[in-house]
Amino acid sequence: MITIEHLSKRFHAGTADEKVAVDDVSLHLEQGEFVTVIGSNGAGKSTLLNCIAGVCEADAGRIILDGTDITGMPEYRRSRWIGRVFQDPHMGTAYDMTIEENLAIAYSKNKPLSLSRGIRRQEREFFRERLAVLGLGLEDRLQDKVGLLSGGQRQALTLLMATIVRPKLLLLDEHTAALDPVTAAKVLQLTTEIVAESKLSTFMVTHNLQDALTAGTRTIMMDRGRIILDLKGPQRESMSVEELIALFAEKSGTKLRTDRMLLQ
Amino acid sequence: MSVAALLGALELGLIYAVMALGVFISFRTLNTPDLTVDGSFVLGAAVAAVLISEGGNPYLAMLAAFAAGLLAGCVTALLNTRLGIQPLLAGILVMLALYSVNLRVMDGRANIPLIDKPSLYRLFSGVLPEGTDTLACAFLVIVLIVFLLYLFLQTRLGFALRATGDNEVMVRACGIDSNKMKLLGLALSNGLVAASGSMIAQYQSYADVGMGLGMVVIGLASVIIGEVVFGTRPLWRRLAAVVLGSVLYRVVIAVALDLGMPATDLKLISAVIVTVALSAGGVRKMLARQAQRLPGK
Ligand SMILES: Nc1ncnc2c1ncn2[C@@H]1O[C@H](COP(=O)(O)OP(=O)(O)OP(=O)(O)O)[C@@H](O)[C@H]1O
Ligand SMILES: [Mg+2]
Repeated sequence: MITIEHLSKRFHAGTADEKVAVDDVSLHLEQGEFVTVIGSNGAGKSTLLNCIAGVCEADAGRIILDGTDITGMPEYRRSRWIGRVFQDPHMGTAYDMTIEENLAIAYSKNKPLSLSRGIRRQEREFFRERLAVLGLGLEDRLQDKVGLLSGGQRQALTLLMATIVRPKLLLLDEHTAALDPVTAAKVLQLTTEIVAESKLSTFMVTHNLQDALTAGTRTIMMDRGRIILDLKGPQRESMSVEELIALFAEKSGTKLRTDRMLLQ
Repeated sequence: MSVAALLGALELGLIYAVMALGVFISFRTLNTPDLTVDGSFVLGAAVAAVLISEGGNPYLAMLAAFAAGLLAGCVTALLNTRLGIQPLLAGILVMLALYSVNLRVMDGRANIPLIDKPSLYRLFSGVLPEGTDTLACAFLVIVLIVFLLYLFLQTRLGFALRATGDNEVMVRACGIDSNKMKLLGLALSNGLVAASGSMIAQYQSYADVGMGLGMVVIGLASVIIGEVVFGTRPLWRRLAAVVLGSVLYRVVIAVALDLGMPATDLKLISAVIVTVALSAGGVRKMLARQAQRLPGK
């Protein structure tokens, strides 16, 4: 579904601050593969996802999504095929607009913007159905402003917006990190359900190593801009968090360190 | 205060409300402070004055002014999105440039009189009693514009425009070109401002190259007064509030003039009103926050 070839990204190139964020990364995802991405702070996980999403431009390499070379394509254009949920719950929604208006904007991904009515009746019904699946009672609050929602509700709504028009690729960058543990678990559960239902190809960055192993079908580990470990199949299924940490130390020569690490 | 003065304030309030709606689009909907307004207001007046003094139709002149305003807004938007100039500075640059452009449009004259020329306020003359026909025309125009804007802001395109002011990241993540939305918003905003300029020129029977000075502050004052006094929800009320804010502003000015304030102090008063209105919102929020905090402790 997506092929990344020799992707590199450095910040402040040519200055004393030069920082290689992504270093010659190549990766291929099959349709429906759900990859969890782990690594220390500054390993380049967000930068990798941002390059795929078009938020930042890669210095070298190619990104091919479902046969289309999207390497130089503007962010908004590739967003038609890429759904995103951000770490910050405020990033994914327009807070001064209602839930249904937000959904309507996300839903217009598949057709050009026009002077047609913002929300049709059957669309409203459809939104209500989809919101009901989240199990958060949002289906009765279509006309509430998003600003009134809690962080977890917003992340669930953003997830719905990112997938309401089936994307070819779903990018989740620590989308549960800002939530309390119970809400985080709920949003993660919704994520795995939605991904499984539509068989979405997905990248999910997380600092929760347990989640990294239980959710998804494959785990990659990044260190200093490189992929140092690519786990799938039986090897991944039998892996414990302790083994994963040990494996990281072995591959990178350093300890896995993050400010948000959860080892439970 | 005399009835005539009150009527005049009402008329001016409704006409300037068209400009205030433009300011509402840039400042509130798009969340971008746009200072092009001072220039595009005069541009609209100049274009209309030239056309009407050459014997043009006043309605077409107003449309032409709207189109000229659209263009001015596009230039500001492109300076911002294409060249990366901050919105505030982009607006100032275009405002400055428009001063020269406006003088060119007016063929080097600083003032174009429109005495005894046809004006759009004549629509009902002879039908309605003398003194109310102008008011009726201004009312008709503003109702039409509010209605169209209300419809527009509830289309898909309108949603995208509003969301751009709220959260550009989300807009781009939804596959929408946020730069195009800014272009659309600033164009529409300045189109309305210019249309208002053309209406004022016809109302006062002249266009003057200096008539736009401080216009953006007046627009902002109307928007904020409307919000504070009449509220912001739902959408139709929000739009109506801008109009009422503009009328209220004019009434306040008329009363101040009536009380003997020299007309030369008008700009000072405008600035003070905006300062008070702006801080009123802030003070209200502060009080609300404190009220919220107290019972918790
Ligand atoms: N916009 C930027 N400007 C300059 N340097 C940046 C920028 N974004 C990221 N970097 C640098 O690139 C490197 C990779 O950062 P990135 O955010 O991708 O790491 P990460 O793996 O997502 O880390 P974390 O787990 O903390 O989120 C870091 O050294 C960071 O300082
Ligand atoms: Mg990150």
